[in-house]
Formats: sequence, structure tokens, C-alpha cells
Amino acid sequence: MPRPGFVLDVDRSTPPVLFWHGEGFRLERLPTGSRVIYAPEPLAALKDPDEAIRHALLNPLGDSKPLPELLSPGMKLTICFDDISLPLPPMRRPDVRQRVIEAVLDMAAAAGVDDVVLVAALALHRRMTDDELRHALGDRVFDAFAPHGRLQQHDAEDPDGLVHLGTTEQGEDVEINKRAATSDLIVYVNINLVAMDGGWKSTATGLASYRSLRHHHNVRTMQHSRSFMDQHRSELHSSNWRMGKVLRDSGVKIFQIETTLNNDTFPTEFGFLQRREWEWSARDRASFLAVSKTLDRAPGRLKRSIFHSIKSPHAMTSVQAGEVEAVHEVTTANVYKQQLVEVSGQTDVLTMGLPYICPYNVNSVMNPILVMCLGLGYFFNLYKGQPLVRQGGVVIMSHPTPWAFHPVHHPSYIDFFEQVLAETTDPVEIEAKYEESFATDPWYIHLYRTSYAYHGVHPFYMWYWGAHALQHLGGVIVVGGDARAVRRLGFKPASTLRDALEMAEDVVGRDPSITHIHNPPILMADVR
Amino acid sequence: MRALLFERKVAKYAAARVAGALAGAGSGVRVGPLRLAEVDEPELPGPGWVRVRPRLTGICGSDLATIDARSSRYFEPIVSFPFVPGHEVVGELDDGTRVVVQPTLTCAARGVDPMCDQCVAGRTNLCERIAFGHVEPGLQTGFCEDTGGGWGLVLVAHESQLHRVPGGMSDEQAVLVEPAACAVHAAATVRSGSIAVVGAGTLGLLTIAALRHPEKPHGPLIATAKHAEQRKLARELGADLVVEPGALERAVRMHSRAFQFGEQLTSGVDTVVDCVGSEDSIAQSLRVVAPGGGVVLVGMPGVTTVDLTPLWHREVSVRGSYAYTADDFAAAFELVADLGLERLLSATYTLDRYREAVEHASAAGRRGAVKIAFDLRNERNR
Repeated sequence: MPRPGFVLDVDRSTPPVLFWHGEGFRLERLPTGSRVIYAPEPLAALKDPDEAIRHALLNPLGDSKPLPELLSPGMKLTICFDDISLPLPPMRRPDVRQRVIEAVLDMAAAAGVDDVVLVAALALHRRMTDDELRHALGDRVFDAFAPHGRLQQHDAEDPDGLVHLGTTEQGEDVEINKRAATSDLIVYVNINLVAMDGGWKSTATGLASYRSLRHHHNVRTMQHSRSFMDQHRSELHSSNWRMGKVLRDSGVKIFQIETTLNNDTFPTEFGFLQRREWEWSARDRASFLAVSKTLDRAPGRLKRSIFHSIKSPHAMTSVQAGEVEAVHEVTTANVYKQQLVEVSGQTDVLTMGLPYICPYNVNSVMNPILVMCLGLGYFFNLYKGQPLVRQGGVVIMSHPTPWAFHPVHHPSYIDFFEQVLAETTDPVEIEAKYEESFATDPWYIHLYRTSYAYHGVHPFYMWYWGAHALQHLGGVIVVGGDARAVRRLGFKPASTLRDALEMAEDVVGRDPSITHIHNPPILMADVR
Repeated sequence: MRALLFERKVAKYAAARVAGALAGAGSGVRVGPLRLAEVDEPELPGPGWVRVRPRLTGICGSDLATIDARSSRYFEPIVSFPFVPGHEVVGELDDGTRVVVQPTLTCAARGVDPMCDQCVAGRTNLCERIAFGHVEPGLQTGFCEDTGGGWGLVLVAHESQLHRVPGGMSDEQAVLVEPAACAVHAAATVRSGSIAVVGAGTLGLLTIAALRHPEKPHGPLIATAKHAEQRKLARELGADLVVEPGALERAVRMHSRAFQFGEQLTSGVDTVVDCVGSEDSIAQSLRVVAPGGGVVLVGMPGVTTVDLTPLWHREVSVRGSYAYTADDFAAAFELVADLGLERLLSATYTLDRYREAVEHASAAGRRGAVKIAFDLRNERNR
């Protein structure tokens, strides 16, 4: 029986706490009286995931027929799936998507469906490489579809590949992938790593155009999502749900398949990452020392390659299929079961160690904008109720924050960092002054469509992701980061956690309450 | 009189070249042929010539190139040795009238009659007789054996070279008029459209000012500047966007929404004003100029290896911009006064501290400075 998450009160006997620090770690001794939030232990994996998938397809939730009844000869079927941004780190083979899609294809074949196309739901993310697609879908699926052009990647800038289906009652354009929208059935295959994922967001965002996305990927939406991890208090989700209604009303039929994973995130050699520090065995300590020493000596590229080669042992804990909203309700409950930790009250100072990876740098570089997005977008927003840190409080993030970018994946990030952030870090001003020119830049569009680049507007979205935090916080300090890059982000650099805590006192006063959100694995705080 | 004298001494010249190359710009001043000396006052070469006592004299990039022996051999026939450098001069006449010297030694100054076609047409900067007439060869005061230069206590100048300093103008402003006239002249060659100004030393900053003053007839202006103070000044003087030198391609690409193959942009700015004149800056200028656009070389280039393929392929025009005319000086007085450009004068030195002065000028950007000048107002023997 996995133990639930809990909040540790730090006392004199508490050992140093492990902080992620990009492609490395720091052991930090937190002041007595601090709190450390630990995630629940990994939930048990489904004993027979393939059977569970089959069961879900045959026993749909909500107002939906079983999948075989929705399939018929001559129909047009499009199977859409989440892209490289999920899960994190990429999971060991077979990937959940492979299992689910194979099951769907078996049923489609049995029903005599010939016109089947797979679409990676990229939204404005970079295209996946063949290797990445093969990893997600498995050899059988990849080899059956890719050579015939039936494995496609959504292109949010293809004027011939999009269809405008109408507007919501609030005037939001709903424009999505034409192949999907004009199919007799969309089967959407999702991985719900965090509570933000899934639901109508899968189709309304994953298959959308910039014209459509801009209605919810903006500063106002983010500042009105408290948080975007909590669907019922998230303007991001409200907008996606309004768009979902337009999709439904325009006759788009969706069979949603959502899966959840346990938080068994790292393989045995990194087992210490998963354990609570005072429970580290001799082997954990030895592994930690060995890994740390190796990383200390390894050049940056090697470290990156070591970490990005990690394949997570994530196991599926649930799969549900059928009508979008009914499915998503169950999925969200299952995510919460794995991730939610009850926390009593807010804190003055929130500390967090940021890892080497976020949804937008798989097999890539964690650039400073992504550091901001991971800390102030994702980690800050992993709450229900109220933010872990109080209004006017301070977030201390630990990450090397190198002034480094992947030139192929993140070309517009470089310009955003060099040009936009050099002028202002205010999300509202950034949006008003710069977004359109980046979003419509033909070079970025060209690279997004033909190379492996994130869309020109993507760094803006990363910045907006942190807009609620920027509005809420009194200060952000980065420990151990490249000072110049940290300052460019508008944050303060500190050499050590102790220095950072002293600096934080200038903002929140003396003897602040301190809470550390322990990661990995991912957790979500239910702040009462 | 006391003056800094530049002599033709081959060994010292070679030493300066080596020092400049190995130890960095300005190092030639310690081993090269420039020295502080007692020399005779220059004689008046003929009618219309007057004595000028320099008050402030700037140190120009071309002076530094000379000191470090980096100048092109092109100049050899149009320079006469030994000479007293210094051509950015505000000085006073015997009657106390303050003047700025227009240093180009043209037909009028040289007593050439009939004057060359360029001088007749008013394009005196292009004078065809700079090595002829009754004055020794020298393209400008400060490179001519007969005239003396601004780094000495007395020089001689022809009345055609003199511009009276308006009553309210300080010496600190007036010493910037000569480089400002260069900038005004360069700005006048720029056609409308978008512009990139490469380099934010004195000439780059003044060119930005000239392009933006008194109105903004041109399109967006992107400037490169290596150092923080230069970036601040470039913005103050009217650049819409200031980037580090290595970021120009990216900034121009974004502005022009260009595509890119290799390092070459497919589009670019209509005009690049290169105020550096190095191999790198010229190559960069060719990368960021639009097809059919123009590159104006304001910085003195010297011997340079550049791949001209993009110039050929994209029908780019390259033209030089040298010096000024009398009209440019009139505009330069206004430019300097209107924009308070005396703020570009960062430090002054006495003649006996010339080594420090040259080293400061050579490292001006890095040291947060722009224009360094000699202050001769309190020199002995004045």
C-alpha cells in the first residue's frame, strides 16, 4: 500500500534535502521549522494494462457507445495523440500511446476501417523526429503508417490543413486540424501527467491553430487561472471547454481515451531521487555519490545526454475512454489520487529545485525561459485552493539557468530572450508590443513547419505561463544560476540557498515561514 | 613650440605595427615614431593662410591607425613627413577668434589654379590635387609636413579651412564639429528606408545622431554597440534598437522578416552604414543589407579581405564616405549644439600625457568613454 504524501516539519535531526539543480543536484539543509512537501508514493500499476485498455474501449464513460460500435467500413478515422511533451521523462517502451493505439487499430481493422490517419497533436510545439515517433508509437504502428504518409504531425500554420468551425459565445475562434475535424471519428489518445492535461484541451489546444490558441494562451487567461492545474478555477480550461462545445455542436465526434501514470519516475540507478532523504539506504547514498561525482566531472553536453537518455519506468494506473468530459472527470480524480498532498496554510518563502527537463525541452536544452516557465508556470501552479506561497511572498528556485539555447528547437526563444526580455519582463507589455510580430514571422513559421522548431510565439506562451506567479510574488531568486541570465529574466541571482533566504527576508520580513516542494516526483499541493 | 611629432622611422613604424597587433590597439604609442618634441612653428605657406592656436584637439580613429601603423599604404603619397597629427581642432586665431578647422587641404588651400573639377563643384572632400600645389602632400591638416597639426601649439590653416565658432558654443562642443561633419556627410548619402549602423564609437554615434536630426526622415534604425555606455548613447541619439555586434544578423532578420541560408539573410535593411571598417564589419554589412541595398563605408577600411559574392549576387552597392564639405560643417555646428554632443567628450589630456591619452582613446568603448582629446588651453608657451 503506497504511503500518501505528507508534509515534513524540519527539525535538527532532518538530513539535508535533495534539490534538483538542472543536470545535477544540491543537498540543502533547510532551517529548522521549514516544511518539506513530499509526494505520495507511486500508486500500483495496472496489472494488465492491455486488458485495461480493451476494457475501457468496450465500456466507455458518459454518453458514448463502445468504440467497436463507432467503427464501420468506409469511415474516415483519425487517431490523434499527445506529443513529445508527455510524459516526462519519456517512458520506457512500450509507451502508453503505443498500447492504446494498437488496441484501437485492432478494433478498426476488425471493423474493416481502411481510412485511418494518425496525427501527433503538436499544437505549436516542434515536430517530433522519426525516432521520437517510433518510440511513442512502437515499430509496428510506425512502420505501418509512416511510409504511406498516414502518420502526420499537426501543422498549425497549414492554410489547407485547418478548418474554422465557428466561434464560442465569447467570440473565440475554433480552428482545428482539417483531417481530424472532417473525420467521422476522432480518437484522441492522451497521457495525463498533470491535472492540466486532457479533457477538451486535448483537441481544442493540441489540434488548434495560432488563431484559435491565442484566445486562451494569453496573459489575461493565465492571470485568471487560479490555478491552471485546477480545471474548475482555470480560465484556460473554461475557454477550452467553450471551444469543446463548438466542436461538439459542429458535429465533430470525439472518442477520448485518457490514461494516468504513477509517479515512479526514475530508474533504479536514480532511485535515491524517489526516496525521502532520511530513508536513504546505503545503496542510495552510494548511488547519489557516484552520480554526483560523475556529473561534477562531466562536460555539459555529456550531462545533457546522460539525463535525456533516461527512460522513465512510469506505469499506467488508469485508463478511461468515451465522452470527453465524463472521461476527464475520472482521469483528474486519478491524477489527484497520485499527486495531491494536503498542506495547511501558505508560506512566505517557497523553495524548489528545478530539474533538467520540462515539457518543451525533451532531447533539448533547458533554456532560461523554460526555467522560468517550469518554476513559475508549472511548479508554482501545482496547487488547488490557494498558492503555496502567499501574496507578496518569494519563490527561490535552484537551477544553473545557463545562457544557452537549442538553435534548432528554440530559434524564436533566442530572439525573445535577447531582444524582448532585454526591454521588459512585464507579460502584459510583452504581449501587446511583441507577440504579433513573433507569431506571424514567416521565418519562424517556416522553421516550425519544416524543421524542428517551436512556433515563433511559443516563448511568449512560456512567459505567460508564469504571469500569475509574477503578479502574485514579491520576488524570485535563483540559486546557482548564471547571474546574467537570471537578471535578464528579471530575477535575483544567489550563490547559495542561505544567501537566497537572507535576500528573501528583505521582501517578506525576518524569520519567514519556508516551504520546500520536493521534486521528484511531481506533486500537487491542496492548500487549505 | 611643443608638439607631438610623427616621423618616418621605418624601424619604429614596424615596432608599432607589431606592438599594435600583439599587445592591442594603442600599444604603438609606446614604441612607435610618435614623440613629444620641440619643433619650429610652421610657416605661413602663402597668402590667405593664418596661424591657429589649437585649444582642444580630438584623437580620431585614423590617428590611432597611424600610431599603430595599421593605415593603408595608399596614404603614403598623400602624407608628408614629419607631421604633427591632429585634425579635429578647435583653436583661436591671433585676434582671439575661435575657429573650427576644416582640415581637408584642397585646391583653394594649395593655391591650385585652375581648381579641380571636384572643388569647382563644391565637393572639396574629393579634391584631386591633395598631393600638389604649394603645400607639401597631405590629405588633411594633421598629415601634412607644412601645416602642423592640432597636437601642437600652433598650426597654420588657409582661410578656406576656417569656420568661426558661434558665441555660445563651448570648446567642448566645437571639438566635436569635425567628426560630426563626417557623420553629416555620411548621413546625407543614406537613402530612405531601414538602416543599420555598425559600430558605436564616436563616428557611429554621431552618424546615428545625424541620421535622426533634426527629423527622422529614415526608416527604423538598428545599431550595434559593444559596450554599455555606447548602447545607452546610441539609444539616446535615436537608434530604435541597439544590439551587441554579434546580434545584428538576428535583429535585422527579425526586423526585415528575412529567411536565412547559412549566415546570409535573404532580406535585410536598405542601407548599412559601416562605421568600423574592419573585415568583420564589412562582411557583416554584406550579410544584413537587403538585395539591391547599399553599404556606406564611413569607418576607414584599409586592406581587407572580404567575400564579395553576396555583393555580386544581391546587387549591393558599396560606397565610401570620406570627410565633408563646407555645407556639412554648417550642419554639424547645428547638430552638435542642438543635441548637446559635448557629452561625447569623455576626457582630455595634456600633451605630455599623450601616451595615456592614446591608450585611453584606443580603449575608449571598453572604458566607458567616447571621444578623447588633448587640451592645449593651458599648455606652456601658448
